[in-house]
Amino acid sequence: MTISAAPFISTAIGPPRRGGLDQLFKMLCFSAATALLAALTGVIVSLAIGGWPAFKAFGWRFFTNTTWNPVTDVFGGLGPIVGTLVTACLSLLFALPTAFGVSIFLVEFAPRAIRQPIATAIQLLAGIPSVVYGMWGLFVFAPFFAAHVQLPLAMAATPGSLLDKLTSGVPNGANIFTASIILAIMILPYMAAIFRELLLSVPTQLRESAYGMGATSLEAVWKVLLPFIRRSAVGAVMLGLGRALGETMAVTFIIGNSHELPKSLFDSGSTIASTIANEFTEATSAMHYSALIALGLVLFMITFVVLGIARVLLGALKTY
Amino acid sequence: MASALALRRKGANAVFVAFCAVMTFLALGLLVMILYSLLKNGLGGLDSKVFTMTTPPPGEAGGLINAITGSLIMCAIGMVAAIVIGIPAGTWLAEYGGDSLYAKVVRFLNDVLLSAPSILIGLFVYEIMVKPLHGFSAIAGGAALALVAVPVITRATEDVLKLQPSSLRESGVALGTPLSTTIRNIIWRAASSGIATAGLLAFARISGETAPLLFTSLGDQFQNWNLMKPTAALPQVIYQFAMSPYDDWRRLAWVGAILVTGAVLATQIIARIIIREPDRQ
Amino acid sequence: MNDLSRENFQPATLERPPGEIKMEVKNLEFFYGKTRALHSVSLPVKANNVTAMIGPSGCGKSTLLRAMNRIYALYPGQRATGEVLLDGENILDPKVDLAVLRTRVGMVFQKPTPFPMSIFDNVAFGLRMHETLSRGDMKDRVEEALQRAALWDEVKDKLGSSGLGLSGGQQQRLCVARSIAVRPEVLLLDEPASALDPISTSKLEDTIGELKRDYTIVIVTHNLQQAARISDYTAFMYLGRLVEFGETEGLFTSPKSTQTADYVTGRFG
Repeated sequence: MTISAAPFISTAIGPPRRGGLDQLFKMLCFSAATALLAALTGVIVSLAIGGWPAFKAFGWRFFTNTTWNPVTDVFGGLGPIVGTLVTACLSLLFALPTAFGVSIFLVEFAPRAIRQPIATAIQLLAGIPSVVYGMWGLFVFAPFFAAHVQLPLAMAATPGSLLDKLTSGVPNGANIFTASIILAIMILPYMAAIFRELLLSVPTQLRESAYGMGATSLEAVWKVLLPFIRRSAVGAVMLGLGRALGETMAVTFIIGNSHELPKSLFDSGSTIASTIANEFTEATSAMHYSALIALGLVLFMITFVVLGIARVLLGALKTY
Repeated sequence: MASALALRRKGANAVFVAFCAVMTFLALGLLVMILYSLLKNGLGGLDSKVFTMTTPPPGEAGGLINAITGSLIMCAIGMVAAIVIGIPAGTWLAEYGGDSLYAKVVRFLNDVLLSAPSILIGLFVYEIMVKPLHGFSAIAGGAALALVAVPVITRATEDVLKLQPSSLRESGVALGTPLSTTIRNIIWRAASSGIATAGLLAFARISGETAPLLFTSLGDQFQNWNLMKPTAALPQVIYQFAMSPYDDWRRLAWVGAILVTGAVLATQIIARIIIREPDRQ
Repeated sequence: MNDLSRENFQPATLERPPGEIKMEVKNLEFFYGKTRALHSVSLPVKANNVTAMIGPSGCGKSTLLRAMNRIYALYPGQRATGEVLLDGENILDPKVDLAVLRTRVGMVFQKPTPFPMSIFDNVAFGLRMHETLSRGDMKDRVEEALQRAALWDEVKDKLGSSGLGLSGGQQQRLCVARSIAVRPEVLLLDEPASALDPISTSKLEDTIGELKRDYTIVIVTHNLQQAARISDYTAFMYLGRLVEFGETEGLFTSPKSTQTADYVTGRFG
């Protein structure tokens, strides 16, 4: 059934009319993007400005001195800087094999029915706020660690031996080792999720070729899948490292808060983030305050480099 | 006939599978332990007082209502700002910026901000809001949370918009619709569930953030509705009370921990439900 | 195949079809960045007829189609020189209002793209954009468009349900209805049936046959049999050049160029 066309409403081709609103929308979106850019540069600039007095006063000694004395206004950031790097790297050491194991289990071995529930459970682990991790670390893990790891080791180690040197420290469970463990638990679900995404992104043909040649799971994963995702996997590791470097609350509860360099694994230390969290609101002098901001700038620079490398290696992978 | 090599390979594989399984159970075990500790230490203190009384001085009875309202207010401020800036920014990156150098820079810096230490964001907001205005405030806290949430929303918006087929955009434009209207009425609508999910995930993230609030909203023992004054927030109260030597404060900290963890987990679950819901009207 | 290697190859003299010429492409050159995709293409499109454009992948037929409603203007690196005349006026002129142009020249894409809204809102989308109609008039226009797209009977009871809930063939006819709701003069179809099953395809082809009574139709297709079935005129393109143009029957049964003969008999493509 056809309906004859009504006379067409003549609209002669003419000059553009509706351009204004269209341009406005584009401008608004552009402004938002620029605001974002401004915010980030603002962070760097304000940290640099705030920290400048400390850098000027102490120069290179800021990075080599562990003295942190609000009374005499002498500040050296070596303790927190070393603490940050050590805890982040240690946590990576613990978290990496675990994250790999979890993600490979989820992708290759887990029975189909429980895959999604386990993946969801890992996501839940990622969602727990860091302050809760910190509390759990302080009230549950630290006493456990002190009683069942530190004390036995302290009693078993002969004085002067390597074991003794590595494990000496106040047996209260608040040291860089336990802080690293808590950090590891925090970044574990995050890295496991990314590794899982990466493993799932391997083309099925590649996986099928490997198994089709009679490879065991270990061989398929180690020789085919992991090399395929190697570049992105390194990026994921960098991302985890970046997170660990900047984590504040989980660490502050349990690191012991000492500005000295830790003398053993079980000795107290501090990180840049924990130092700022502990001392900022009670900063006694302008120099103290500036030293804390200077530490913040150092942390920012380190994470910027790490996250930049991660970004380059990971490309456009969804990481939020 | 199994050769020695085959047996070795099988053995190594068995060890590997066992290792992966053990790691997984370790991770799950940790989750169970933490949730168990939460419930064991905090469930007992969860009563109506928590929702009706404000944070007490040590030794007195009290609750967390001012911290709860403070958190809700500041998260709301943060989310509004994040959506108002994040969605247009992500739209610009997906629809207008393309592969230009400027877009690449914005994208890169956005990703850096996404994973940057949130305590530094707190420092930044302190410098530009708290110091000049001579005081800690809920607005400053909200601003800090906004800065944490904006990169999440921006990135998610860009990703979801880019997932829409270009023919959808072209269909709108081919009808004589200006590009901006096409984006607003068609593309945003098509991407709405993805953007909503991102919003929920961003909310889940900032509701648990403590560090940015330490030097922006600071905290307040009493109920405060004045946005220009220091305000309590749940994570900040948890931190303060947990680190203290007082038993009743610590107990309240556990209760707060349950509340905050529960809110985050509930938000994640809702987000998961939205993803699974296809676009059926 | 050897003829086309020469830069100054000219197709056989174009026979202008009798009767009204609705659109005419004159010496059109198209560039993706620095790459030239169309070389001096000239093509008449007769009113109220179906003109098909055929050719192997990459020959430029979709590029040519997309120049006819300037949809390429969305992408900064793409540009066209030459003339594309609609009723004698050059639409490539920068002063042309693209929004108005696109109400006169509509387009349906290869993959069905229903908007994420109800069937009614899909069809009414263009109407709401360009015309102020009373609710009654709006309903009438929507029904008219759906009738012409041969979709009305299948959806008249569920106009409020989502367009995404329809089958592939129905979604494509919804896109046709959406395009013709604004009463364009020309309808451009870019391989509209390539994503559809044979039954939906044949329904769509029937619809096109009905539509040509009121619209001028240009269709790009990979399917030679389809072109032979539904078109009145056919243009054969190869490597960005128009090789041959003429009445469909004549082009298929006795093509003037050996390239055309080779393509339509399947010797290459």
